[in-house]
Amino acid sequence: MSQRMGDPALMILPAFALLGALFVVPLVWFFIGVLSEESPGEMIERGVAVLSSRAAVTALITTNWIALLVTGVTLLAGYPIAYYLAMSTGWRFAVVLFCIIVPYFTSVIVRTYSWMVLLGRNGLINQALRAAGLTDAPLPLLYNKFGILIGMSYVLMPYMILTLYAAMRGIDPSLVRAAHGLGASRAYAFWKVYFPLSLHGVVSGSLIVFILAIGFFITPALMGGPSDVMIAMLIERAVEITLDWPSAAFMSLLLLAATLLLYAIYYKVTDVRRMMGAAT
Amino acid sequence: MNGRGFLPVYIGLACLVLMAPIVIVCVLAFSGQGYLRFPPESLSLRWFAAFFGDGRWRQSLWSSTMIALIACAISTVLGFFAAYALVRSDMRAKKMMLSFMLLPIIIPHVITAIAMYFLTARFGLVGNVVWIGLCHAVVALPVVVLILLSAMQAVDLNLERAALSLGASRARVLLRVVIPIALPGILSAALFAFLASFDELIIALFLSGARAQTLPVRIWNSLHLEIEPVIAAVSAFLIAVTGVVLLVDGAVRRLRAPSMAGGAA
Repeated sequence: MSQRMGDPALMILPAFALLGALFVVPLVWFFIGVLSEESPGEMIERGVAVLSSRAAVTALITTNWIALLVTGVTLLAGYPIAYYLAMSTGWRFAVVLFCIIVPYFTSVIVRTYSWMVLLGRNGLINQALRAAGLTDAPLPLLYNKFGILIGMSYVLMPYMILTLYAAMRGIDPSLVRAAHGLGASRAYAFWKVYFPLSLHGVVSGSLIVFILAIGFFITPALMGGPSDVMIAMLIERAVEITLDWPSAAFMSLLLLAATLLLYAIYYKVTDVRRMMGAAT
Repeated sequence: MNGRGFLPVYIGLACLVLMAPIVIVCVLAFSGQGYLRFPPESLSLRWFAAFFGDGRWRQSLWSSTMIALIACAISTVLGFFAAYALVRSDMRAKKMMLSFMLLPIIIPHVITAIAMYFLTARFGLVGNVVWIGLCHAVVALPVVVLILLSAMQAVDLNLERAALSLGASRARVLLRVVIPIALPGILSAALFAFLASFDELIIALFLSGARAQTLPVRIWNSLHLEIEPVIAAVSAFLIAVTGVVLLVDGAVRRLRAPSMAGGAA
């Protein structure tokens, strides 16, 4: 650090030391420690048994299904918001950005709790529906897949919007104007010019939301029903309740591999420096 | 997208849905009743009194704050050096190194937490506030690096070159040139690092034991029993902390030179 004109590359080392000691080493140690208790043959047999068990297969299907739905919901609901953000200036821009940023930086447990208050049997939405005479019995909005879908879409929506916005901000609005000038209708110009240019953001946003969704724990654990078990919940249960460390390790390994594979694709298609709307 | 009427109406509704849960929890925190009804029939501070009057909640507030301060200090210092190295060094594979440093926010927290717990339990460090702060620094580091990377790109390299050519050491350049110019960014990074730890649940859930339960851990434990209004008060408190961080960050951003401002998020 005190060398005169030297390259400051070594300054990255303290951060690497922290990540090495408290992130990489624990992960490697955990997998080796848990999985090396048996011989490799037994281990593979056991891994296959764990991952083909009914609980794991059901959880894997649930996880992928919910992650896909959440990605779809955030994309469809978030795209117009990001578009509006990219098109507006002044107070409109500030208000919409405020409504995205405040939930984004609010604790996940708080955001989950607030939706539980809204969606519960005696929650605010059911209270309002009954007061309006629309339903007699409370609607089952919480402790099922619907509850998980709403909660997770809400938590992950800012990631989608900010990623889409980062891509849309780079689109030259004069291209759409040129299409108008050449006689294209608003809808035609949008679909043929604007939308294809925003596809890059659609792919990045969908990837990041899907990656975060498959590892989600807090929201599905609190808002789902007894049969809605996602893979991260199964891992937590194996450690906390059944004390079945090998099962936890095998399922973690699978989830980790899936996450890293998707992250590698994300790395290829996007600029990681702009991850999650940073540097905007 | 055709028709000018649809999009603004949708945006208005979307903003309502995005903000409503947060606003409603804040209002419910001031409810005078023992059950959750909106709008509350009467207003009171009884749930805040229950929060701050309970020794265990106060203990959690203390644990959360200490852990977040430790995580904030460590991740900001290490993240500053790392971001500086990434911006100024000629080393290769910078993108790869950055992607590696972002892994703690990509890899599911459950896996990280279990692996950390596996290590922590061996060393008998469950419930150790300093240790949890160190572990939280791991997940706060990516936040710091991302913020400082963009802040540091705005520091004019010529100023550093000038100082170096006039005989200043690298340490002196950092202290007298880089840090003063990047200070608003460093402050932002520190604020969001604090928040990342203060709001973190899963790692704290595994590492805190019975001794060092943070506010999110205690909310988690309470939510498994019943949805009581005191949780609304604690939630409103956490939302207020987020609000303060965003306000201070906004003020800090305004301090930046006009050439560096103009960013949005």
